Amino acid sequence: MKKVYTKIESIVGNVLTVRAEGVRNGDLALVGDSYANVIKLDHDKVSLQVFSGTQGVSTTDPVRFLGRPMMVSFSDHLLGRIFDGAGVPRDNGPALTENMIPIGGPSVNPARRIVPKNMIRTGIPMIDLFNTLVESQKLPIFSVSGEPYNQLLARIAMQAEVDVIVLGGMGLKYDDYLFFRDTLERGGAMGRTVMFVHTASDPIVECTLVPDMALAVAEQFALEGKKVLVLLTDMTNYADAQKEMAITMEQVPSNRGYPGDLYSCLASRYEKAVDFEGAGSITILGVTTMPGDDVTHPVPDNTGYITEGQYYLKNGRIEPFGSLSRLKQNVNGKTRDDHRALMDCMIRLYSSYKESQEKRSMGFMMSEWDDKLLKYGELFESKLMDLSVNIPLEQALDLGWKILADCFEPNETGLKTSLLQAHWPKRDALQ
Amino acid sequence: MQKVTGIVTGVNGNLITAEFDGSVKKNEVCYVLVGEERLKGEVIRITNGVASMQVYEMTNGVKVGDRVELSGELLSVELGPGLLSQVYDGLQNPLPELAEQCGFFLKRGVYLDPIPDKSWEFTPVAQVGDAVQAGDTLGTVPEGLFTHQIMVPFDFKDEGWTVKSIQPKGTYHVRSTIAVVENRLGETRELSMVFSWPIKEMVHCYEERLRPDETMVTQIRCIDTFLPVVKGGTFCVPGPFGAGKTVLQHMEAKNAAVDVVVVAACGERAGEVVEVLKEFPELIDPRTGRSLMERTIIICNTSSMPVAAREASVYTAVTIAEYYRQMGLDVLLLADSTSRWAQAMREMSGRLEEIPGEEAFPAYLESVIASFYERAGKVRLKDGRTASITIGGTVSPAGGNFDEPVTQATLKVVGAFHGLSRERSDARKYPSIHPIDSWSKYEGIVDMAKVEQARSILRRSIEVSQMMMVVGEEGTSAEDYILYQKGELLDAVYLQQNSFDPIDAACSPERQRCVFAVIYDVLMQRYNLTDKREIRAFFNQLRQEFLDWHNTEFETEAFVAQQKKLTDFYLSKAV
Repeated sequence: MKKVYTKIESIVGNVLTVRAEGVRNGDLALVGDSYANVIKLDHDKVSLQVFSGTQGVSTTDPVRFLGRPMMVSFSDHLLGRIFDGAGVPRDNGPALTENMIPIGGPSVNPARRIVPKNMIRTGIPMIDLFNTLVESQKLPIFSVSGEPYNQLLARIAMQAEVDVIVLGGMGLKYDDYLFFRDTLERGGAMGRTVMFVHTASDPIVECTLVPDMALAVAEQFALEGKKVLVLLTDMTNYADAQKEMAITMEQVPSNRGYPGDLYSCLASRYEKAVDFEGAGSITILGVTTMPGDDVTHPVPDNTGYITEGQYYLKNGRIEPFGSLSRLKQNVNGKTRDDHRALMDCMIRLYSSYKESQEKRSMGFMMSEWDDKLLKYGELFESKLMDLSVNIPLEQALDLGWKILADCFEPNETGLKTSLLQAHWPKRDALQ
Repeated sequence: MQKVTGIVTGVNGNLITAEFDGSVKKNEVCYVLVGEERLKGEVIRITNGVASMQVYEMTNGVKVGDRVELSGELLSVELGPGLLSQVYDGLQNPLPELAEQCGFFLKRGVYLDPIPDKSWEFTPVAQVGDAVQAGDTLGTVPEGLFTHQIMVPFDFKDEGWTVKSIQPKGTYHVRSTIAVVENRLGETRELSMVFSWPIKEMVHCYEERLRPDETMVTQIRCIDTFLPVVKGGTFCVPGPFGAGKTVLQHMEAKNAAVDVVVVAACGERAGEVVEVLKEFPELIDPRTGRSLMERTIIICNTSSMPVAAREASVYTAVTIAEYYRQMGLDVLLLADSTSRWAQAMREMSGRLEEIPGEEAFPAYLESVIASFYERAGKVRLKDGRTASITIGGTVSPAGGNFDEPVTQATLKVVGAFHGLSRERSDARKYPSIHPIDSWSKYEGIVDMAKVEQARSILRRSIEVSQMMMVVGEEGTSAEDYILYQKGELLDAVYLQQNSFDPIDAACSPERQRCVFAVIYDVLMQRYNLTDKREIRAFFNQLRQEFLDWHNTEFETEAFVAQQKKLTDFYLSKAV
């Protein structure tokens, strides 16, 4: 029989302290009927973080220690279900208690990782052609609030060939939660989806548990040989929840109020992306909203150092600058011989187009070269960048060559002569 | 000896406090006993008879009253034959062996023997009766590419040690006694091929430190020619995320003309370490004809591994580098990234409730960074050979802003600064080292006066391009426009280098001198061109010729032919 403690000594923010003995760090407890976990021990003083907040908690409420860390149930019954941040069903289904697994487990041994090698096709040229998504990659979408990032996320989820989708929603607007649920249901993907959703009005501590729950479940599916895609939206809300908790616990803030371990916190979640040799894989697509479109804000900044690139969503398009898939080199050499060179060349020319555009807006005379670039840039934006374009990679490459040939002479592209000979659509332009 | 023990009194993240009886040393290693597991930690502060320990593992499940064992030893690494080609975590735990034992995941509290359990062919060098001191060679064993010297442990003080007995030539286990030494007082010590050394102490067993003066070739044109690094020097690579820091470091690790490379992956992605792990064994080092992995040691404490061990990992790396330096070898240490290491210090400092400095970094940040980089250097060993450690650290400044504390503290102590720029990486200009903002205090492989002239053309070209942003192309004179195009050409065909092209990825010093001579001549020529369209076409064609030239193998017929084609082409327009 577990002992019940009824003398709570202090309640500050979401944290309360109680005097108790034999309590282990990280253990779960029940305060009244809401869950809490042990975050600090000092002699017999135990600090507990209450998941649903401390509002209305009285100093005489009973505290029971459960003698085990936070866990989540794992089985195939999870598929099609929706839970909140504490693992309680949101969908009127039964609570699951069988086969409990701990969350926030240890990290994968780097010596057992393998080099990612499979491309995930999305049908979006700005991804497939310019910043290829790779299985087991961790990639955030950097975006300003108001951009259609959840729509993009849902579209990738629907089109990508994966076995299981785990959605972790943090601070989601209720509408967005419904949007995800309905889109996945309509697309027939709900049967292979698990959702852990914390909405904006739920207690803040639950927000910080969502990624751990989602990833613990994803890890188990992957170990069973499944290809898992984890969608995390929005990680900025997660970081803000961490900040709120750190400040109430009187930690020294490091940068704009965020705790000093923000990098480690984010990294230990994103690093769960992995390709298990001989089993499945976890690919993580997150959303990081940038307050004020500021990529140097601590959250996108730290995220950028952790993840393997980022998609930069701006004005409803994936920007070629700022967007990057670090793993693309692993796969785009095997697609088609012209993939890499064409990709680099088109981006370089697009960057020159931006300069010409700037010159034009300042009222300078346009040279012949500027005119070529302007024509190129407009074609590039309308035919490739538009998010509604939905074509396979090979078609996108051919289209790229066509756009180049429509605008430039071969030697203006800076491409190797051998490649030009193989792919340049207008043969007679070559000497 | 009676082991000192303690009792846990508090847990806060990875900081554990304990009461103890007996004597406790600051920075000694301790173990917290949690059930079956022993979690390694280090005593970092003692206040009012209570020791604060940073634990290198997750502290879930620790409770007040758990037992603590104090080892009485400082945090050390084991040094001996077999370190090369190993992959360790920050505490020198061999990761492949750990994977064999524990599977996919890292298991806390498991510490394995870092030195491979095997026997070596030992050849004695010292003889019975020889006077020896710390760092002297007792004998040798062959380790891959090198003759590995078995040395007298570095902690032997000058107490008149002499060799009492030494094993004859033969095969011995790494842990078996190979020599017995005796000092003036008659104390004897048995020595094996392995000894340990505390990681935070610099190894001093050399005659004197020398001024580093020999260029360390990296086969990257932009570095060797414009921003050189020397053997025994230090350099740092700050850059925003996605600017190509890691790709650059991997190129350096592959191509640098040194004997041993120690890669310290400190708080970065695990995927990057995996790339090295899978790629290096396949790559052949052209200088030795052996696999690159044979000269590489990886210390890897990636971002999701415990934070406290991250702090130790750079010291583990530099201590191993110093060990190989003692054998007369040139060692390159690449630390990626020192910012994560600084952040680990910040996290600990916060838990200790120290008064924070700028951006909450501890006040001792600068001195710690300085003393780390000071472990680089070229030395003359006691037997007259020279050896060196070169340290290159990447810095990941918050927001790509070089004014933050870690970048500034690093810039104060390094000899070369390779600053990466977001603008260049966005425009896919790799390596994205900013050619004007970066600097180096070292001597490169080509005539520095000519390099300076080329750099000044580049600088003026940038000025012209900025001016053109205001007055437009039509307001620029043909002369200025040619200057602008010259700078662009130098950037496109010399500073930029395609690290994914099999030939262009590595540019030997001979080739660099050859290509630089040509491009220098191109820059110095005056051209009979007045029309801007003509000028642009001329430089576009010239760039094409250069790129095709870069794709030919050095000193082949195709190389010579393309050089002639290129030279004829630009000379036809020169006056």
